[in-house]
Amino acid sequence: MKVDVTELTIKSASDLLAKKQIKAKELTEAFLKRAYGLNKKLNCYITISADVAQKQAEKVDKLIADNQPVGPTLGIPIAVKDMFTTRGIKTTAASRVLENYMPVYDATVISRLKEANTIFIGKTNQDAWAHGASGENSDFGPTKNPYDLIRVPGGSSSGSAAALAASTCLAATGTDTGGSIRQPAAFCNLVGLKPTYGRVSRYGIIAMASSLDAIGHFTKTVYDNALILSATAGPDSFDATCVQGAASDYTQGIHGGVKGLKIGLPREYYENLDEKIKKTILTAVKKLEGLGAKIEEVSLPHTEYGVATYYIIQPSEVSANLARYDGIRFGRDRSKFGAEAKRRIILGTYALSAGYYDAFYLKAMKVRRLIREDFLKVFRGVDVTICPTSPTLPFCLGQKVNDPLAMYLSDIYTVTANLVGVPSLNIPCGFIGHLPVGMQIIGPDFSEKLLYQVGYAYEQETKWYERKPSLA
Amino acid sequence: MSSYQPIIGLEVHIELSTKSKMFCWCSADYFGTDPNTHTCPICLGLPGAMPKANELAIKFAQKLGLALNCQVQLSSKFDRKNYFYPDLAKGFQISQYDLPFSGKGHLEIDTSTGRRAIEITRAHLEEDTGKLTHAVVEGEKVTLIDFNRSGVPLMEVVSEPQMNSAEEAKTYAQKLQQIVRYLEISDADMEKGSMRIEPNVSLRKAGGKSLPGYKVELKNINSFKFAQAAIEYEIKRQAEILNRQEVPTQETRGWNEQKSQTISQRTKELAHDYRYFPEPDLVPFVFDQNYFDEIKRGIPELPDKKTERFIREYQLSAYDVEILTRDKNTANYFEEALRVGKKFEIPTKHIANVIINKKPDIEKVLPAELIEGIVSARKAASIGQDELERIMREVLDKNPKAIEDYKKGKENAIMFLTGQIVKAASGKVDAKKVTFLLKERLK
Repeated sequence: MKVDVTELTIKSASDLLAKKQIKAKELTEAFLKRAYGLNKKLNCYITISADVAQKQAEKVDKLIADNQPVGPTLGIPIAVKDMFTTRGIKTTAASRVLENYMPVYDATVISRLKEANTIFIGKTNQDAWAHGASGENSDFGPTKNPYDLIRVPGGSSSGSAAALAASTCLAATGTDTGGSIRQPAAFCNLVGLKPTYGRVSRYGIIAMASSLDAIGHFTKTVYDNALILSATAGPDSFDATCVQGAASDYTQGIHGGVKGLKIGLPREYYENLDEKIKKTILTAVKKLEGLGAKIEEVSLPHTEYGVATYYIIQPSEVSANLARYDGIRFGRDRSKFGAEAKRRIILGTYALSAGYYDAFYLKAMKVRRLIREDFLKVFRGVDVTICPTSPTLPFCLGQKVNDPLAMYLSDIYTVTANLVGVPSLNIPCGFIGHLPVGMQIIGPDFSEKLLYQVGYAYEQETKWYERKPSLA
Repeated sequence: MSSYQPIIGLEVHIELSTKSKMFCWCSADYFGTDPNTHTCPICLGLPGAMPKANELAIKFAQKLGLALNCQVQLSSKFDRKNYFYPDLAKGFQISQYDLPFSGKGHLEIDTSTGRRAIEITRAHLEEDTGKLTHAVVEGEKVTLIDFNRSGVPLMEVVSEPQMNSAEEAKTYAQKLQQIVRYLEISDADMEKGSMRIEPNVSLRKAGGKSLPGYKVELKNINSFKFAQAAIEYEIKRQAEILNRQEVPTQETRGWNEQKSQTISQRTKELAHDYRYFPEPDLVPFVFDQNYFDEIKRGIPELPDKKTERFIREYQLSAYDVEILTRDKNTANYFEEALRVGKKFEIPTKHIANVIINKKPDIEKVLPAELIEGIVSARKAASIGQDELERIMREVLDKNPKAIEDYKKGKENAIMFLTGQIVKAASGKVDAKKVTFLLKERLK
């Protein structure tokens, strides 16, 4: 059977496999072929793991032939951010330090995706160590935005977003420490989830800033996103910060609609927002209002301190997390760190130093608590909030590389969810010219199902995911 | 020549004897194992690996804290201590900074001037590091790293600088070891490195009140004997410097066994900045009183209490009790032997003497067996006197012919009589002794 892989979603591909209209092997080959072809243009993969993918596909075909129970993600081709340690597949964090590092174990999420019989197309490009908002900090060259090749796909999960937007896979994993899933999702017209801190195990994923890192993923549709979370979420005895409680089916209740739900618009997020982006998001909000949601303005007064707080805590943790890369047991020595990693190591080392700790790290932790209290207060009044994901449209390659502060400000609307720990979902909400715009739906701790419910209701009305990039 | 008062504080590291390591599932029992066989991504600090706290190790640490009269901490956490060393897998050590599991406490020791409480500053829990070996491999000087020890639970007990002689420091360390062994949380073996002592030594003018402006840390000490010798050496060395109107350098010195002296290791002691911050991969701990009560119930009678009770209950000398309570197993053995011995009316002092002087192997000889031995020895002793006299008379009365034969010069006859007596005494007499007594009598 001949399929146009760009038209597929996880759900539709899964149906084809279950009905034996296509073999996993054929599906995998089609995606691999596309990945090889488009990688030259986009530089979205660091490693294409064709051997692994083919073996996994054979296994899936055997399961289907034997009429074994078919899970919702069986045989689904996935791209994996190169922060996830994968046993036997090179894992680099897009840094020269780990250029030849071969992990001896799998991250918990990788084990779960294997158990769910997904298929690993490859490891995706990213900002080295996940430091960045454009993908340009990769030691292996920048990734390009499939919607406009002179523009960035966002970062740090740049390769995952581009690989999926270009339909070289049906889902891609990411890490989100300050917006690294949501912002590239917004730049590439994708659904991107940053789950609640503690919802998905961090074990085996190269740590950036441990108290902020959230392990999520990109999909084309909201439903697909819920399917992947159902496979990856749940307690893990290897991650002490992962919450207890049984795993869940996150597609449950997704059709519930928004009638009667209260949606808050945090004033501070719209005050200095680009007019066109603002208009796009407010149009989407109007759509939800039309579906029965109640819209009200809310306030998150400490938001203005978000970026400052984030850029104390995050580099502090980075400075400790990168200390193990001394080249003694694996990888190369510290001289191979790029400029951005060095910048953060120095910032963090400084912020934690005797005499500065109280003024920086400790103060930042206090502000972090105030920001969290803002959110808790708002969620006593509304079910979810909606705000922009990025202050700008996808910018041009090279536009911000020499201005770290401007690059850091790309995170202005996303870092707060990481500081607070709450889940946030980026949903495509339209285009300005040929460039996609995304909005965040943020809810209280562990409200992922509610975020999907709101996102799904909106997506059914708009179907922005149908607008593909033109990649000849 | 002035006289000085030594000021000594002790940092003691104790490896806890839990089955698994502090933050992973590897076996913590690494002594004598092949290098790097007790390792996993976590204790090797591989990218992505995360720690998971060993709850039993935490309980052990709190148990020792309670035994040292430390303030219990209802909330506690781990912190990252950042520094670089090739044996430190992650580039930081997971330790405790401002909220150790145990706060201020004290340990009572007996000194030449009587009993004194040495204050404990804190007792915290951390992970041990790997071990470096400098070797020549294929003609090349190399440093080898063994990560078997990496991540083994390690306690650090810090004392205030309140000891004033090498003897006191040794007593303190031995008492600490004794308590640790009573609690069965570590074998606290100095030679194996499961207990490590780092004394800091300085001197002040006799009668002075403030602490000296310098201190010297001593390392590489793997026995109590060396600890004492190193401190004594250091006191002498520092006194000589002070007598020259100079101030000893603040430094770390190592004990050199061959030369019997301390050798400077790090003279330019940089002010370390470990950049501590809360370990984000481990959630903070909150404990309640019930939790600590439960731990308290698991603490056995400790040496001081046991000593006091033995003296009171068994009317033994302080010297005897000290030996009997030196380790918990001997003390328990003694009390078990007492229980069995009661049936045979063996005096307490007698049982104590046998254990102290004959030093039975308490691993092999059961207390009941020990008592059996005492009982039969006692029987043998009683036959030697009145009973033996009676048996001899009886046998001699019955055998006038044998007596005649002996007197005529037949040596065999005395052997016959000896045999008869031994038989009548059911073998509980010494044949040679009987022969001797017979010869005396028949002269």
